[in-house]
Amino acid sequence: MKKNSGKSFKKTRLKYEEYFFRWVMFLSNYIIALILGFIIYTILKTGIPALSLEMITETPKGGFYFGKEGGVLNAIIGSLYLGLGSTFLAFVVGLPVALFMNTWLMNKKRTVNLVRFILDLLWGVPSIVYGAFGFTLMVLLGLKASLLAGIIVIALLILPIMIRGIDEGLKNIPKGLYEASYSLGSTKSETAFKVMMKQTMPCIITAVLLSFGRAIGDTAAVLFTTGFTDNIPTSLSQPTATLPLAIFFQLSSPIPEVKQRAYAAAVILTAIILVISILSRVFTYRYKKHSIKF
Amino acid sequence: METTHFSSSLLEDKNEADASIQNKETTYFYRKKVDGANQETERNKGEASKIEVRGLNLKIKNKVILNDINVKIPRNKITIILGPSGCGKTTLMKSMNRLTELYPEMNVKGEIFIDGEEILNSRRDVTEIRKQMGLLSQRPYPLPMSIYKNVAYGLKISGRLKKRFLDKRVEHYLRQASLWNEVKDRLRDPASGLSIGQQQRLCLARGLAVDPDIILADEPTSALDPISSQEIEKKFVELKNNYTIVMVTHILRQAARIADYVVFMYLGEVIEQGPANEFFNNPKTEITKAYLKGSIN
Repeated sequence: MKKNSGKSFKKTRLKYEEYFFRWVMFLSNYIIALILGFIIYTILKTGIPALSLEMITETPKGGFYFGKEGGVLNAIIGSLYLGLGSTFLAFVVGLPVALFMNTWLMNKKRTVNLVRFILDLLWGVPSIVYGAFGFTLMVLLGLKASLLAGIIVIALLILPIMIRGIDEGLKNIPKGLYEASYSLGSTKSETAFKVMMKQTMPCIITAVLLSFGRAIGDTAAVLFTTGFTDNIPTSLSQPTATLPLAIFFQLSSPIPEVKQRAYAAAVILTAIILVISILSRVFTYRYKKHSIKF
Repeated sequence: METTHFSSSLLEDKNEADASIQNKETTYFYRKKVDGANQETERNKGEASKIEVRGLNLKIKNKVILNDINVKIPRNKITIILGPSGCGKTTLMKSMNRLTELYPEMNVKGEIFIDGEEILNSRRDVTEIRKQMGLLSQRPYPLPMSIYKNVAYGLKISGRLKKRFLDKRVEHYLRQASLWNEVKDRLRDPASGLSIGQQQRLCLARGLAVDPDIILADEPTSALDPISSQEIEKKFVELKNNYTIVMVTHILRQAARIADYVVFMYLGEVIEQGPANEFFNNPKTEITKAYLKGSIN
């Protein structure tokens, strides 16, 4: 009898363990969803009343920062310029780096791992440090706060994300596909640009959109480098407004209308990122069909 | 009966394709092939073997994978590299088109001659060497593109870009791999949507499109169902008239079915090699006898 009860005790313990961990995981999942929902709710609740057509179609007029008419078109356009420009720059530099690491340096595991380590370190550097670095660089080169400076600094900031994102996809391609490509007589560049790039296209798209999300949302790195203006920039050498800074400036105002507009700007920024995320899903799905499943 | 039927239909295909090549803008392709054949015969008077491996040693760190391999592979025959798993068959095959270069830990020494020309230490462009050989791997690795582009890939990287030429060649090679009828209506679909058996035949077509003289096949049927395996075997028997086929397998019955020449390996060494009849009916060494009986595997 005694033996038997010991066994069943163990059984019930296992059962409770299972039960407990299942609930922990269940709850953590829902807490995450809840937090996201709460953030969106807060922004929408405060921002939607202040959101109007005027907000997204007009630049700030005189007295905008005291609650008078105008909108944040300058910041919307500025952010898009900055995000697109820096993502493009980071892509143009990052894609070859990732392909190089995984094709030419395939046989040099140590070098590649060192590069990965350095990139991960750079990924962890806070963006204000990039901002400070960019500022020093600008002073050295005698540049003023401008769209170009911002694009360069943001590109540096998102470069590790871009490279590591693409690299993660390339890393998981089995050697069999490389062998298949080489056995057909392709050179390394043909293998990289015609085969591996296609195979990892879903990853490339994800990396690009992640980088873009980071680029458009970053505040600290653009604080010193792009400056702020009420005008829409017409050239790369002009200072540029960005949405995160527009939010920052309006939120620090004591006037309630202006504060509310900060939330409206946050709604716009969130909407842009949401659209980008949905687009990324659609594109990833579309390109996935060509990738070989392993 | 069936094989003769197959080979005759293949011959028709080839004639058709060749005829179309002659009257079209593609004389270059044809001439190259004829020239190549002439050179081959000149260079190899008295040389019956297509591939010759001399004193090949391969180490990973201090572990010997291949030990003093000397093999002669006859031209236009099916040569089977036979042996239990892990005896170095695949590695031997990969050194033949220098894919061992992808594995930096492998230390290769020795010589491999193809048509009497050394390739392992050669200064020749390695892509040129690899184009002489088509490769089928254990499981098919189609390229991440459409069925059509998979076959056209080899032609495209060789600079053959005219659409009409590509269309014709793609059809020709897909027919040669007996895949045409199954895929002719969905050439633009991704290759990843094909079944594994179809993918393997697509890889065969893709390899043939590079116009090699040698087909290297590394257990090409191990991921396939019995019917697809049979199709590949049948294909090889047809193709051996025009290609030198080297196939790695550990399936004894498969080897017995299609081999003309057998290289038997055990623990990184070549134990025995010779014509298939002799190998199966009159094995010379004790290890071979034991293997054929099934007491080693």
